[in-house]
Amino acid sequence: MEHLIATAVAVMTAAGIYLTLSQGTFTIVMGLTLLTYATNLFLFTMGRLAANQPGIIFDPTAAHADPIPQSLVLTAIVISFGMTALLLVMAVRGYFESDGDGVDLLGPEESVARSRQ
Amino acid sequence: MNHWLILPILLPAIVAPLLAMAVRHDIVLARVYSVGSTVLLVLLGLLQVWMAFDGTTRTYELGNWAAPFGIVLVLDRLAAIMLLLTAVLGLLVLLYAINGCDRRGRHFHALFQFQLMGLNGAFLTGDLFNLFVFFEVLLIASYGLMVHGGGAARTRAALQYVIVNLIGSSLFLFALGLIYGVTGTLNMADLALKVPQVDSGNQALLYTGATLLLIVFGLKAAMVPLHFWLPGTYGNAAGPVAALFSIMTKVGAYGIIRVYILAFGPQHGEQHWFISEWLMPSAAITLILGMIGVVASRSLSQQSGFAALASMGTVMIAVAAFTPQAESAALYYLIHSTLAIAALFLVVDAVTIRRPGLGDALITGPQFTHIGLIGSMFFVSVIAVAGLPPLSGFTGKLLILDAVTELQGWGWIWAVILGTSLLALISFASSGSMIFWKSTSVDGNLVAPQSPPIALPMVAVGSILAVLFLFTAASPVVDHYLDATAEQLFDTQQYIHAVLGGEELASS
Repeated sequence: MEHLIATAVAVMTAAGIYLTLSQGTFTIVMGLTLLTYATNLFLFTMGRLAANQPGIIFDPTAAHADPIPQSLVLTAIVISFGMTALLLVMAVRGYFESDGDGVDLLGPEESVARSRQ
Repeated sequence: MNHWLILPILLPAIVAPLLAMAVRHDIVLARVYSVGSTVLLVLLGLLQVWMAFDGTTRTYELGNWAAPFGIVLVLDRLAAIMLLLTAVLGLLVLLYAINGCDRRGRHFHALFQFQLMGLNGAFLTGDLFNLFVFFEVLLIASYGLMVHGGGAARTRAALQYVIVNLIGSSLFLFALGLIYGVTGTLNMADLALKVPQVDSGNQALLYTGATLLLIVFGLKAAMVPLHFWLPGTYGNAAGPVAALFSIMTKVGAYGIIRVYILAFGPQHGEQHWFISEWLMPSAAITLILGMIGVVASRSLSQQSGFAALASMGTVMIAVAAFTPQAESAALYYLIHSTLAIAALFLVVDAVTIRRPGLGDALITGPQFTHIGLIGSMFFVSVIAVAGLPPLSGFTGKLLILDAVTELQGWGWIWAVILGTSLLALISFASSGSMIFWKSTSVDGNLVAPQSPPIALPMVAVGSILAVLFLFTAASPVVDHYLDATAEQLFDTQQYIHAVLGGEELASS
C-alpha cells in the first residue's frame, strides 16, 4: 500500500507541476486540481497508513487510526474545492475580457490603452 | 476565559455576511456598517495593545478544548500591535474608499471585512493549520478585492495572483503534512517542544517541512526569488485595494518572525541552520531589485508596487538578523512601511483619476484639479517611503543599520540600504517633478469628466500621514514597546508556558 500511495502522490504532483507550467489558463486549472489532489492524499498519509482501524479512540492502548489528518484533509478539500471554483470563474471572466486564455500580463501598449478609456 | 481575544475575528465575521446579504443594495448603509465595524476594530486593537502592555501572554481556547488538542488564540505583544496596525490601516483605507471607489464593483465592503477577519485571525492564532485556514480566508477575500473595478489588465493580473497563491497553499499543506508527520503536532507552542526531540532519522523530513514553510511565507512576503507576483498585482489593483494589500506582505514577515523564532529558533541550535543563511541574501536582493524597479518604472502605480517590494526587502534584512534588537527594528520599520506605502498608493490613485487620458503614466501633462494639495501629499508620503527625516522611515532605517552591526559583513548591508535609499530619493524626486512640478510648463488644464470628491480622500491620506508623524513623535514609547515585544518573542519558554500550562511543560 505504501508504494501504491507514494506512486500516486508522485505521479499526480509531477503531472500537476507539468500542467501548471503551461501557458493556457485551463491547463493550469487542471494542473492545480491535480496538485491539490496530491496534497490531500499526502496529508492523509501523514497520520500513517492504517487499514480497518477505528478513528475514534475508546481505548488508548488499542490500535487506532490518527483522526487529525483526516479532519485536516477534510478542511483542505473544502478550501481547495472553493478555490478551484473561484479560479475557474476568474479564468472564464479573463477569457471573455481579453480574448484568449493566456496568463501573461498585458503589454504596456494595452495598459496605456486601458488608462485612456 | 478572556472573550476579548476572539472579538477581532468575530466582529468582521458577523458584519461581512450582513453586508453581503442584508444591506447589499444600500451603499450608504453598507458604508456605515463597514466604517462602524472598523472603528470598533481600532478600539479593540487599542484595548489589546493595552492588555498586552504588561507582558502576559493571554490565550483563548476555542470550544474550551485545551492545547495542544484544541485550537488556541494567543495574544502577546506582537499579535496586539499587528492587530492595531491592521485596524488603523483598514479604517483609513476605508475612509478613502467610500468616496466612490467602493461603488465600482459589488460587495466591496463585505470583502473588505472578510479580509480584515483573515488578517486578524492570522495574527491571533497559535496553531499552524489554523494559520493556513486564516491565510485562505484573507486570500479569498483579496482575490475578490483584486478584481474590484474590473478591466482586462486587472483580471489578468488577478488571475496570476490567484494561481501563484494556490500553488503557495498547496506547498503550505505539504509543509504542514511533513511537520505533522514528524512531530505529531501543529500547535506552535507544542511544536517548539517537539522539534528538539525529533530523532536524527527524521530530521531531514523536518528540515524539508520547515524549508517548504519558509518558501510559503517567503512567497507571501514577496522575497526574491518569489517576488514576481507583487509588482503586477499591486500595480494593477485599485488604489485603495493596493493600499490595504500593503499589510498582506507583512503577514508573510509575521509568519517568519513568529514560527521560526518560536519553533525553529536559535535556542534549538542546529535547526537554526537554514534561516539566516538564506534569508539575508534574499532580503538584500529583494531590496536591490525593488529599487531598480522603482527607478525603471514607467507609471506611478508600478513605482509604488516596486517600492512595496523594496520595503519588504528592508524589513526582511532586519528579520533575518534574528537578534532581539534587530527584530524590534524590523517591527518598527514594518509598521512604518505599511502605512507609508498605503499613503503612497492612495495618493497615486488620487492622481490617476484626475488625469484622464494620461492616468498614472510618468508623462508630464497639464495641471489637474487640486494639484497643489495632492502634490504636497505625494511629497510627504514619498519622504516617508524613501526614509528621509523627519519621518519614521529615517528612524526605522537608523534602527536597522544599528541592529545589523553585530553581524558579519554588515558593511555590505549598510551599503545596500543606504545605496537603495539614494535610488529611491532620486527616482521619486524625478517622478514628482514630472507629474507635479513641470505641469506648469504645459498649457491648459486637465479636467476629469466627473469631478471626484477631494475632501474625504485627502482627510484619509492626511490621517495616514498624521499617524506616521505621531508614530515618529512617539518613537521612545513605541521603541520601548517593540523592544519588550522582541524580548517576549525570544523568551519562548514563557509563550509555551502560557499556551500549554505548567504541567505539560514539566511532563515533556
